[in-house]
Amino acid sequence: MRPFTYERASSASSAARAAAENPEAKFIAGGTNLLDLMKLQIERPAHLIDVNGLGLDEIQPTEAGGLRIGALVRNTALASHEVVRRDYALLSRALLAGASGQLRNKATTAGNLLQRTRCPYFYDPHQPCNKRQPGSGCSAIGGVTRQHAVVGISNACIATHPSDMAIAMRALDAVVETVKADGTVRAIPIGEFYRLPGETPHIETVLEPGELITSVVLPAPAGGTHIYRKVRDRASYAFALVSIGAVIQPDGSGRVAAGGVAHKPWRVEDGDKELKNGAKAAAAALMADARPTEQNRFKLELVERALAAVIAQARG
Amino acid sequence: MTYSTPVSLTINGERHELDVDNRTTLLDLLREHLHLTGTKKGCDHGQCGACTVHVGGQRINACLTLAVMHEGDDITTIEGLGRPGQLHPMQAAFLKHDGFQCGYCTPGQICSAVAVLEEIRAGIPSHVTEELTRPPGLTDAEIRERMSGNICRCGAYSNILEAIEEVGGINP
Repeated sequence: MRPFTYERASSASSAARAAAENPEAKFIAGGTNLLDLMKLQIERPAHLIDVNGLGLDEIQPTEAGGLRIGALVRNTALASHEVVRRDYALLSRALLAGASGQLRNKATTAGNLLQRTRCPYFYDPHQPCNKRQPGSGCSAIGGVTRQHAVVGISNACIATHPSDMAIAMRALDAVVETVKADGTVRAIPIGEFYRLPGETPHIETVLEPGELITSVVLPAPAGGTHIYRKVRDRASYAFALVSIGAVIQPDGSGRVAAGGVAHKPWRVEDGDKELKNGAKAAAAALMADARPTEQNRFKLELVERALAAVIAQARG
Repeated sequence: MTYSTPVSLTINGERHELDVDNRTTLLDLLREHLHLTGTKKGCDHGQCGACTVHVGGQRINACLTLAVMHEGDDITTIEGLGRPGQLHPMQAAFLKHDGFQCGYCTPGQICSAVAVLEEIRAGIPSHVTEELTRPPGLTDAEIRERMSGNICRCGAYSNILEAIEEVGGINP
């Protein structure tokens, strides 16, 4: 690991300011992804700003009838929260489908949103990777691509976003609240938070240098049946090949987001619209313009089948 | 600023004040600085669970956290759970049920298992909990799912499960 200096932040705005002043600085919260990447020298910060002392670990009702989740709320605490279990079951289910008990005890809400891809070429410093080393090329394209993205890809990157939680947040229309280095705050709808890879796959979100996530806000409960269905190579403690997060109303309408298929949680307007017309129609809309490889073409069928199972479960 | 930071923390009831290289993980602090070698380094990337310890009563992977991030924390390792002659019930049950072969993953398995029973008692749901609005049951399925972050390459899983069931009170 590269040597780094370390400070414990005393306020969110001072943390953002410190990070903006030092382009080689990183925030650390749970650390479960960042430290993994630092050991491999994929992340090489010269300075760490520990934000664990900032509070930001509460879940509180909002005036609009929703919930404000502090950035530092641990995944276990969020999944276990009484109101989340009752009114946002999709979020509990997605969190519990991810990682292990040990990791969920440490990983935070904001850190989960910002975790990096598990593309094996990103993780191998000996291989070119546009995400790890901009401009070096993509080793996944033409390589082993069974796990990779099928929609929203570019010629520079076909990595997927690994988060289960983010799929639920996308389907629930969460809003990411931040503070910038100049002390101003903003609220970013999660649909606008993540970027597609394009020519700059190393820039994954719209966050500005130093900008710190302070909370994630859920709107008032959407009602309906909440289902997170994750398809993976083993029954527990594995990333998704494909996952479906859905909220389905009694009349069959609803909203649906897919994981394991794109550089970001994947939700499109037509996917929601077609949900009441069944899995085939909704999957076709969700996967429109897909560009699979021979090795990951199966994901298109898997999305449809997972959706069919979700719709059947919602009908009871 | 320097590349080291003072940190004070309590490990197995004993207070320690140290000045550590910022890069030191909690796992390396335990093993290399304090010579508490019960906690094992398996993958060092949070994938195997051999380094599982309790921080403030919660189980975490000691390999994926920096020592300097634990100022004031209360940490329990396998050495703090029990000692020869006064074993923790989970340690005794692993012996009784032969819940290991090579033993390398065992301290992590035991630390994890103790926390798993606490998590179920505390009503924390899991991936296999059927109804999120009801407390999870103490079942085989719940234990298996919750132990998935602890890998045993010898494959002693069925005996590990029996040990945890006995301590949890599932078996007669």
